[in-house]
Amino acid sequence: MSAARAWSLGAAGALLLPLLHQDPYHLDVLTTVWLYSLLALGLNIIVGWAGLLHLGYAAFFAIGAYTYALLSVKLGCPFWLGIAPAMAAAALGAALVGTTALRVRGDYLAIVTLGFGEIVRISVTNLGPWTGGPNGVLGIGHPRLWTPHGVFDFGVASLPYYYLALAALLLVAGVCWRLERSRVARAWMAVREDEMVAACVGIPVPQMKLLAQACGGALAGLAGAIFAAKQGTVTPDSFDFVLSVMVLAMVVLGGRGSIRGAIVGALLLGALPELLRGANQYRMLIFGLCMVLMMRWRPQGFFGTRHGRTA
Amino acid sequence: MTGTQLFLQQLANGLTLGAIYALIALGYTMIYGVIQLINFAHGEVFMVGSYLALTLMLALTALVPWPVALLGALLGAMLGCSVLGWGIERWAYRPIRQAPRLNALITAIGLSFVLQNAIMLLYGPTDRQFPNPVPLVRWEIGGVTVTLMQVLVWGVAAALMCGLQWLVMGTKLGMAMRATAQDLKICRLLGIPVHRLIGVTFALGSALAAVGGTLFGMTYGTINFHDGYVVGLKAFTAAVLGGIGNIPGAMVGGVLLGLLEGFGAGYLSSQWKNVFAFVVLVLLLLGKPTGLLGERVADRA
Repeated sequence: MSAARAWSLGAAGALLLPLLHQDPYHLDVLTTVWLYSLLALGLNIIVGWAGLLHLGYAAFFAIGAYTYALLSVKLGCPFWLGIAPAMAAAALGAALVGTTALRVRGDYLAIVTLGFGEIVRISVTNLGPWTGGPNGVLGIGHPRLWTPHGVFDFGVASLPYYYLALAALLLVAGVCWRLERSRVARAWMAVREDEMVAACVGIPVPQMKLLAQACGGALAGLAGAIFAAKQGTVTPDSFDFVLSVMVLAMVVLGGRGSIRGAIVGALLLGALPELLRGANQYRMLIFGLCMVLMMRWRPQGFFGTRHGRTA
Repeated sequence: MTGTQLFLQQLANGLTLGAIYALIALGYTMIYGVIQLINFAHGEVFMVGSYLALTLMLALTALVPWPVALLGALLGAMLGCSVLGWGIERWAYRPIRQAPRLNALITAIGLSFVLQNAIMLLYGPTDRQFPNPVPLVRWEIGGVTVTLMQVLVWGVAAALMCGLQWLVMGTKLGMAMRATAQDLKICRLLGIPVHRLIGVTFALGSALAAVGGTLFGMTYGTINFHDGYVVGLKAFTAAVLGGIGNIPGAMVGGVLLGLLEGFGAGYLSSQWKNVFAFVVLVLLLLGKPTGLLGERVADRA
């Protein structure tokens, strides 16, 4: 089966699924999976392509979610106009973190980004007057569509958000697919393989690193805006360190640098805990064991390649 | 309370917390020093240690006088965690030693889930009261209250750190550890049983974390299966602060971080104390990436 056919089949399956199966709980789980996939695709740019170990990615998801949440609650900004500022704010945040962290590499970069991630989360918790503190922002506007039959409010139903997240995912996956074959992505991969050689052949290494982080941040911002619109509330505890490492785990399990890997990783890690619900209280235990065993038996992930030096 | 008294009181509190951080930070730093691995599951080993000590303490306090019970709980937790640390290295990390470094991170995350949930299933998800058999003796020194418990924490931590320093600098095992930290491949060629040595390093670090867990439980009175994450992250920060891979650095970093939190909570705001820790960490790493006492070059990819 060719890659293009697998893609089309997967996309068609995801698009048609709600026609056959309307259980709102399952749709919600899948919507979460699509959002995870967006995050994994974004982090894949930073970790998979540019080879920058990032442990604070949830912070940009938070920036996107809070940007739209505050625009909506304070200014009454509609969802469709809130997407661009959310993405821009998250990209800016990512680029700022990237600028300060240009001096450090490898493990140290991981630690600095971890530190920034925690600083953002705790600041959001403590800046009560603006962010609502631990209670978060409530009453965020849901998206609306203007149709010939009048205004359609997404409200709290599951189905519209399923398609919203899926549409965003398909769009982003398409962009990533084109991007992967571009000069820019090849420059990122050159930086990943060997910074010094990349600099010697004329690649502007610092700029490429910042660009990768800004692109990854923008995708997290997009996911954040959709998340905030779907939930109607955002609270700081949705954006903890565990989310950063889960998204990283999706990228690594799927295979670093692989687009389909990122999506499969998100599908696995997003859906596995739900599938294991039958195992009740043992599910997270089994989940952890799966991660350990996977690293032991297939260290390159599902769609990764063995060759290539990675961080 | 006068300014000086407040200062000294926060100093005493900060030192207690710092001693516990330092004990856990030593495990991070020893393992990083030998194989350049950030063992993110180390915080969970600390948490398991606190629960082991809880069980032993509950069993022993009824039978024997408190110093014996305390010693028994400490030694039991140390032994249990040594085996756990050794097992983690043997069954989870050793098979992936040749794989990219990110894989070890994912393994550590998986291990954390396993250990947290195993403890949650065994002991329940709620806070557990930690029995403290140490009699509540207080001394008033210049208006500052120092408890027997605090003195005990300082004493145990200082003794263990001196012991570790002697082990690393004064014994053949320590010499082998230092040599492995310099160059693992050459050590292997010279006939040092490198794998066994790494296992021993994990066991030692985990034993220290178990002591940290016991003292933490006794000092703060309750433990939870989530503690490993928060305290582990702080201890890791402490290790980086002092210069990861550097044993005296972990001690200095732990105490400094404890003091920073103590003073931050006392003088500024307790809400923001976690931010101070991370801001200092980030600033330090950007200014001097090797930490206060570290000399390793920070360009390992």
